[in-house]
Amino acid sequence: MIQVDNLSKRYGNFMAVDNISFNLRKGEILGFLGPNGAGKTTTMRIIAGYLSATQGTVKVSGYDIYDHPQKVKRNIGYLPELPPLYHEMRVRDYLNFCGRIKGLKSGRVRRKRLQYVIEHCSLGEVQKLHIHKLSRGYRQRVGLAQALIHNPPILILDEPSAGLDPHQIIGVRQFIRQLAGEQSILLSTHILPEASLTCDRVLIIDRGKILAGDTTEKLTGKLKGCDMVRVLLHGGPEDIFQRIKAFPGVLEVSEQKSPDRKKDDPRSFEISYELGKNRRGELARALVETGAELLELRPKAMTLEEIFIKITSKGH
Amino acid sequence: MRNIIAIFWREYKSYYVSPIAYVVIGVFLILVSNRFIYKFNDFVQMSFMATAQAVNTQSLIPKFSINDSVIRYVFQNIRNISLFLLPMITMRLFAEERRTGTLELLLTSPLTIIQLVLGKFLAAFALFLTMVIPTVSFSFYLFTYGNPDLGPILTSYAGIILYGSAIISVGLLISSLTENQIIAGALTFGAFLFLWIIGRVGETTVTIWGKLANYLSITAHYESFAMGIVNSRDVVFYLSLTFIGLFLTYQVIYSLRWR
Repeated sequence: MIQVDNLSKRYGNFMAVDNISFNLRKGEILGFLGPNGAGKTTTMRIIAGYLSATQGTVKVSGYDIYDHPQKVKRNIGYLPELPPLYHEMRVRDYLNFCGRIKGLKSGRVRRKRLQYVIEHCSLGEVQKLHIHKLSRGYRQRVGLAQALIHNPPILILDEPSAGLDPHQIIGVRQFIRQLAGEQSILLSTHILPEASLTCDRVLIIDRGKILAGDTTEKLTGKLKGCDMVRVLLHGGPEDIFQRIKAFPGVLEVSEQKSPDRKKDDPRSFEISYELGKNRRGELARALVETGAELLELRPKAMTLEEIFIKITSKGH
Repeated sequence: MRNIIAIFWREYKSYYVSPIAYVVIGVFLILVSNRFIYKFNDFVQMSFMATAQAVNTQSLIPKFSINDSVIRYVFQNIRNISLFLLPMITMRLFAEERRTGTLELLLTSPLTIIQLVLGKFLAAFALFLTMVIPTVSFSFYLFTYGNPDLGPILTSYAGIILYGSAIISVGLLISSLTENQIIAGALTFGAFLFLWIIGRVGETTVTIWGKLANYLSITAHYESFAMGIVNSRDVVFYLSLTFIGLFLTYQVIYSLRWR
């Protein structure tokens, strides 16, 4: 849906976006993850047509953003970091105005869409209020409603959950997940759990460069080059620690010891092993063959947070 | 066209939501009608006294033109007072949108910049007309009690409208240059004063610079309208100033993408 090639944006001597390329596929949620000032907002603004690029091309639904800006803008719903609201207007009037300027010509269609966004962004009870009376959370939702009003196939959301309380964040996340499938979504965030919870794919961006991009699961594996499991064993031979270490493919074993452990209590190990197909199954079988009872085997994934810190600190 | 109307209505209504429209129109009408009543009173007194004197001395009763002594003066006031009030109307047009970030909404919507600029211009222009239209009642009053010449009144209104559009387009341009309304307001006010004062300079010198100054003066071009003459030179001046203002505003907004 969006195809970005070698995009750069320079502010004076500062490279805000440095030769990035990526694409947004139909129906997926692509997360832009990076610290503040990484170039997320600039990239989104370029795609939405608010800024021009220094270099590179962007195609949205097959149209180049320079050659067909009107067609591109009709296909995009854009929520900037700061929701662009006219504070003196009422919510309903504001959304109606947005519908007008975004090309919903017929009044009937506009009313229908208005009804839809008010319902789905839970704005029913505030639709007659002036925007300056709304709380931060409601304003964010009005901003989201504004981006959705013309039913665009592509949504670009710049920090959609910023400034919301935890309940509202969950609400917005669910809403975004619901939209995916019909709509393709590009969203940015600097909150890591959010990216792993909402996005199908994540691009990690720092200082204008894309450092990594993949599904969250693959990212984890790629970075570590190994997988990790936690096992809980009962019984078995005394030298089980050495036995595990000798298994093919096992890289590292460590035992979690607690001081008040009695002799008969289960023992818990953390085992890292090489990546490979069905490695985990082989490991489980080998453990059982030692004569121990395998009480628990839990894969331990690196959190996105760890990946993020690892990647962004690499280049510094 | 639809887009222009959408922008226009939102902008025009917002003048009434924030009390700008009421304040500006109110101040304008109070000042202008005050001058009208004062001048009209003067005129009545003066013609009474002159008539009485003529009767006493058995000479011819003199005739005074209400056009020259009242109407011209009132239009001069409308012109000068609007010069002071129009910056309040134009200063927010783009500066406010830039500050609050709503310009981002407009520029990422499928609108052309021309539609945006025209919609905003027309909104300010419509407010200016709303402000001037009540002064038509002065003429009704004069026609009821006197016998003024209709021609100069009509040309004066035509002049005022052209003058207003030129000034608003300059104000719109200045508003597009900054994010700060106060700066926009102060610069607009300065620019208007400059365009006004430059005419005074032009009156006193006869060099080529004096002529140029006189040509650039936004008020000097109004004089012939006040006398009931529609001079194509003046019409062209106002229209081209309007056009230049709108064109440069377009360029400024367009260039915002290239920051």
